[in-house]
Amino acid sequence: MFFIKLRDLFKSYGPVMALNGLNLEVPKGSLYGLLGPNGAGKSTALRIICTLLSPDSGHVEVGGHNVLLEEKETRRRLGYVAQDVAIDKILTGRELLQLQGDLYHLDKKYKRKRIEELIERLDMHDWIDRRCGSFSGGMKRRLDLSSGLLHEPELLILDEPTVGLDIESRSVIWGLLKELRNKETTILLSSHYLEEVDELADEMAIIDKGKVIASGKPDDLKKELGGDRVTLRVREFSDEVEAESVKKLIKNINGVSNVVVNQTQGYSLNFLVQSNDVISNLSGHLSKENFEVFALSHSRPSLDDVYLQATGKTLMDAELELAGKRDFKLENKKSMR
Amino acid sequence: MITTNPSLQKEKQSRNHLNEMSQEISALTWRLFIQLIRRPSTLFAGILQPLIWLLLFAALFSKAPIDFLPGSSSYGEFLGAGLIVFTAFSGALNAGLPLMFDREFGFLNRLLVAPLSSRSSIVISSVIYITSISLLQSFAIMATSALLGYGWPSLGGFLLIAITLLLLVFAITGLSLGLAFVLPGHIELIAIIFIANLPVLFASTALAPISFMPEWLGWIASINPLTFAIEPIRMAYHSSVDLRAILIDAPYGEVNGYSCLAILLILTVGLFFLIRPLLNRKLA
Repeated sequence: MFFIKLRDLFKSYGPVMALNGLNLEVPKGSLYGLLGPNGAGKSTALRIICTLLSPDSGHVEVGGHNVLLEEKETRRRLGYVAQDVAIDKILTGRELLQLQGDLYHLDKKYKRKRIEELIERLDMHDWIDRRCGSFSGGMKRRLDLSSGLLHEPELLILDEPTVGLDIESRSVIWGLLKELRNKETTILLSSHYLEEVDELADEMAIIDKGKVIASGKPDDLKKELGGDRVTLRVREFSDEVEAESVKKLIKNINGVSNVVVNQTQGYSLNFLVQSNDVISNLSGHLSKENFEVFALSHSRPSLDDVYLQATGKTLMDAELELAGKRDFKLENKKSMR
Repeated sequence: MITTNPSLQKEKQSRNHLNEMSQEISALTWRLFIQLIRRPSTLFAGILQPLIWLLLFAALFSKAPIDFLPGSSSYGEFLGAGLIVFTAFSGALNAGLPLMFDREFGFLNRLLVAPLSSRSSIVISSVIYITSISLLQSFAIMATSALLGYGWPSLGGFLLIAITLLLLVFAITGLSLGLAFVLPGHIELIAIIFIANLPVLFASTALAPISFMPEWLGWIASINPLTFAIEPIRMAYHSSVDLRAILIDAPYGEVNGYSCLAILLILTVGLFFLIRPLLNRKLA
């Protein structure tokens, strides 16, 4: 049974298409990871689910309710932890949680009990009664997470929950998310950290240019690659023509599949091999066409390989590419109410 | 027990709605007051500025011919009503600032993700807060003015002052909250507050009567909302409260106390209707 269903979601900010026909189904009680570079459309999708943004078109369903028509019902069910933590600097951490409790209409006794539980669980004793303005990034994020969880939502939405955090805060947050997953809370988190999605997510989707390009369980996606990942360079800096010739040659070797030319890494070649024998014989095949092995690396498949396979570039390269194209001013303006 | 009677259920629902709304409003208002208590400089600045005006202007024009100041025995006494209104006006004009900061820093999103019983709670809490602060500041000016020997109104006069200030504060607060949603950022809002503040004061009867002004300025002053608030308050100070009395001798005709209050009421209701669609759209 799916708790979140997104169908054909489109959203643009002026000329920039943030969502381009996004489809997503998140099973109830799962921890679902959205992986993609900054600017791929993850935050926009999450903000639409949280009722903060309206899509240009498409269907959004949370727990059987149409989000676009039943906004208040949706808001009751979800807790949202935004990427940019918005905390009132003048209030203390405890006062912020009390305010949050009143905005969710919690009764006094229950509110006090939940606040104490969360202070205990997220280890906030030492600083919860200090003003938020003095908090570090990790403290703010923990406080924000506890305010998202105060009303025990059925769905927790986290936008880049550990970006830029210290190791201690990250480990506290990861621990809590794993615990919540076992309690059947549906969690949808976006991240551009491969290891975060790999470690936490039961299922995941890779988002690129506003649409899902691969989805499934992280292990299945890695297995689907069908073997170990090899990166080969025949020269330090190759060119497209040379890379294509090598690709043609390698493709025909038995036990080699999914050959991709990685433009952003000096036209290196990425491919999968069925066994180590293929690697042993590789230089022999190459020398027949007067190519040499300049560099060769061999690894078990990772989520980055899944990403590379689906998009033709690594996540970091995609991130760098998008970083220059984004108009943050326009995005902020469009998303400000 | 399960309530099956539909009318009872409806009543329970509406009671819940009211309870929830009052919980939201009191929490949001409480937050604004905590901010004020921990950062009281704006409160004191709002009181100090008009006090300095009162002391300096009263001294500067202490030799002004009394004949030009209808019903007043000194310039300080004449000035008091204008500064009470100016204080309330400046306070209300700043109403949009906290909301603008919440928009800019993303705190508004925290409120908008919550299942608020009504999103009007966000606006209502701002109105309660600003009204309390503006009235508090105005009463501080009244108290100082009394200590300086410029008099204190009767009970009826005090009531008239409170009603007049409330109408003006509601109208200007509505305008400022509307601007906080229309303008792109706090710099623009502050610029508008900065530009509007003093010219609106000078183009009213706060510092001088209409008879003292050139004709063109007299016209502006006699359509300036501040004038319609200043004159009833001036009456509350200087004579018995009679709303039928002519308070403004405007170039377009005479305006009595009732008309002053009616104009302020129309302004308040008009501005409320003007910004309502905007608030509905922004808070939808």
